[in-house]
Amino acid sequence: MAEGKKIRTMSFAGAIEDALGQAMASDNRIVIFGEDVHGLRMNLFVRFGEKRVRPTPISESAFLGAAVGAAMAGLKPVVEIMMVDFLGVAMDALLNEAAKLEAFSGGKWKAPMVVRAACGGGYGDGGQHEQSLWGWLAHIPGLAVVAPSTPADAGSLMLTALQHDGPVVYLEHKLLSNYWLEYLGSGGRTTVSYDIPLEGANGPVPDTWEALPLGRAVTRREGSDITLVSVAVGVHRCLEAAAALEKESVSTGVIDLRSISPLDRKTICEAVSKSKRLLIVDEDYRDFGLSGEVAAILLEAGLTFKYGRVCTEGTIPYSRNLEDAALPSTGRIIEAARKLL
Amino acid sequence: MGTDLQALYRLMLRSRRFEEAVTKLWEAGKISGEMHLGVGEEGVVAGVVAHLRDGDAMALDHRGTPPLVMRGVDLALLLKEFLGRSDGLCKGMGGHMHLFSAQHLAASSGIVGSSGPLATGFAMAAQYLHPGNISVAFFGDGASNQGMLLESFNLASAWQLPLIFVCKDNTWAIATQSPKVTGGDITDRARSFGLEAAEVDGSDVEAVYAAAGHLIERARDGDGPSFLLAHCPRLEGHYLGDPLRRANMMELAGPLMTAFVAQPGASVAERAYSLGTLLSLVGKTTVEKNWRRHDPLDKARRKLQSQKSGLDALEKEIEAEIRLALETAMMEA
Repeated sequence: MAEGKKIRTMSFAGAIEDALGQAMASDNRIVIFGEDVHGLRMNLFVRFGEKRVRPTPISESAFLGAAVGAAMAGLKPVVEIMMVDFLGVAMDALLNEAAKLEAFSGGKWKAPMVVRAACGGGYGDGGQHEQSLWGWLAHIPGLAVVAPSTPADAGSLMLTALQHDGPVVYLEHKLLSNYWLEYLGSGGRTTVSYDIPLEGANGPVPDTWEALPLGRAVTRREGSDITLVSVAVGVHRCLEAAAALEKESVSTGVIDLRSISPLDRKTICEAVSKSKRLLIVDEDYRDFGLSGEVAAILLEAGLTFKYGRVCTEGTIPYSRNLEDAALPSTGRIIEAARKLL
Repeated sequence: MGTDLQALYRLMLRSRRFEEAVTKLWEAGKISGEMHLGVGEEGVVAGVVAHLRDGDAMALDHRGTPPLVMRGVDLALLLKEFLGRSDGLCKGMGGHMHLFSAQHLAASSGIVGSSGPLATGFAMAAQYLHPGNISVAFFGDGASNQGMLLESFNLASAWQLPLIFVCKDNTWAIATQSPKVTGGDITDRARSFGLEAAEVDGSDVEAVYAAAGHLIERARDGDGPSFLLAHCPRLEGHYLGDPLRRANMMELAGPLMTAFVAQPGASVAERAYSLGTLLSLVGKTTVEKNWRRHDPLDKARRKLQSQKSGLDALEKEIEAEIRLALETAMMEA
């Protein structure tokens, strides 16, 4: 976290670009490739040239697989898959190649690479472009998965991902990244609006980027009656819910996981051991995912607590009304929290 | 159905006017998310769809509206779907990128290249259950670099499936110029898999109709799969509100100049090359906006000049049909 120094502010997307610029300037093995990166990363393309910022064909399985090989042979790829949904086209590269290398080689060979993808919904694009999938990815041993919720974390976690010695999936929520929402949602229109978490879309950042430790959650709000655990946009929905619950004299804590894998068991356990009430807010699918996993680690730690979850339960609808009802919302969080009190 | 130029023109015009109405709804904020139109590729779609009959299947990409309109899907049902209504074609669940009509054996996907495998499966079912029926896959030159599509070429060829792969070549892979990321020639690729292959000017609907007719006839006769590459313009960018089209060079200039001088970084020559590449990307989209000489409707209209009164009547008829569909879609709650 930034502390002390004079404060500069940035957009979420600007922070990622700034951190990447800092990292690329200090390590010329870092290369960016993926779909449309000339247009998407035009400033980095101009600064670092075609050799380091290279557009790919729409061939996800080839270029994601190539990122694994490039990482194994000395490069540090930041490979862009556009939407996390499109990873479905290329799962072999992650599931059976990148994630297995370290284990198969007896720990002697690693693939340090960052898979950058936009995730999340809230702008009416339908269920093939709005999934979160972090739980699905975190299920695979050998993959790290991070999803920042603020500009400061967005930049710092990009450095974390670049410094990690294995594959990291870096997820950028579209409601936080202004350009994605502009490209896929409004398209220049002023006739549409979105529930953008303002403190996630813009905010203070450090003067110089430093990596956070991987797998470290942060307590966004202290609270003794109930603990809300979430990641990415869900964190902001939780903070809104916590403010509303405070008016009902409910002291609500909010934990931002930041990293889905590895998961910060200690921070979650400490908070829930005090509050005895846990509500997970997960934009990813409910079943067989993060929400169940967090419950499992607390039970393994021998804790007794009341439990609830607010997640996405089915295919995300295209219709904005149906979508609003399907994704975790502040209203649903407040309602679920009340049931635990 | 009639297959003269006027009939083909009618298919194209209905689709164009429909998508113009959709554009207005999108601009008014009544349609959410992205909106990929098929404006510019109507000649390709009409020239193929005009040959289809009941029992034939279509696997569609993210530009699924024109094929469904031309195949006869109810316009009000489509509009309601785009408006996110529970009485829409897919109950508001799919939107324009995920349109399905079981009745027409037509299915779309927003995942680039996925129409290849899907059409292959449709063709398997046709070969087994209904010999004489065929399936069509619509996709673009961008999709032609997807492994699953090339694997489908092979599967269709190995199994001699009744399938036509239709590549709408608009030279773009989203916001990247296709030739920059494509090795070799797409039609040569198809041939090398053993597919019968043809290339055609996709803005000439009669030429597409003739070429597709031959390939579809072969498929119906059990003579195997084929590939049709049709060159066509992308008149509305990748999607409505395409950022490349809206690029404001005055706004971008500041950050780009900062990037141009930031140290350390690439050589001045490399940076200048990057700037040139960006300018050419933006420039190409701007030029294409005015590419009306490649508009399949304009071309057909010029040929139909002698039937002016018929064209006027057709225009009025289609406008009335679309107005009615709009009223129906907006009225019922």
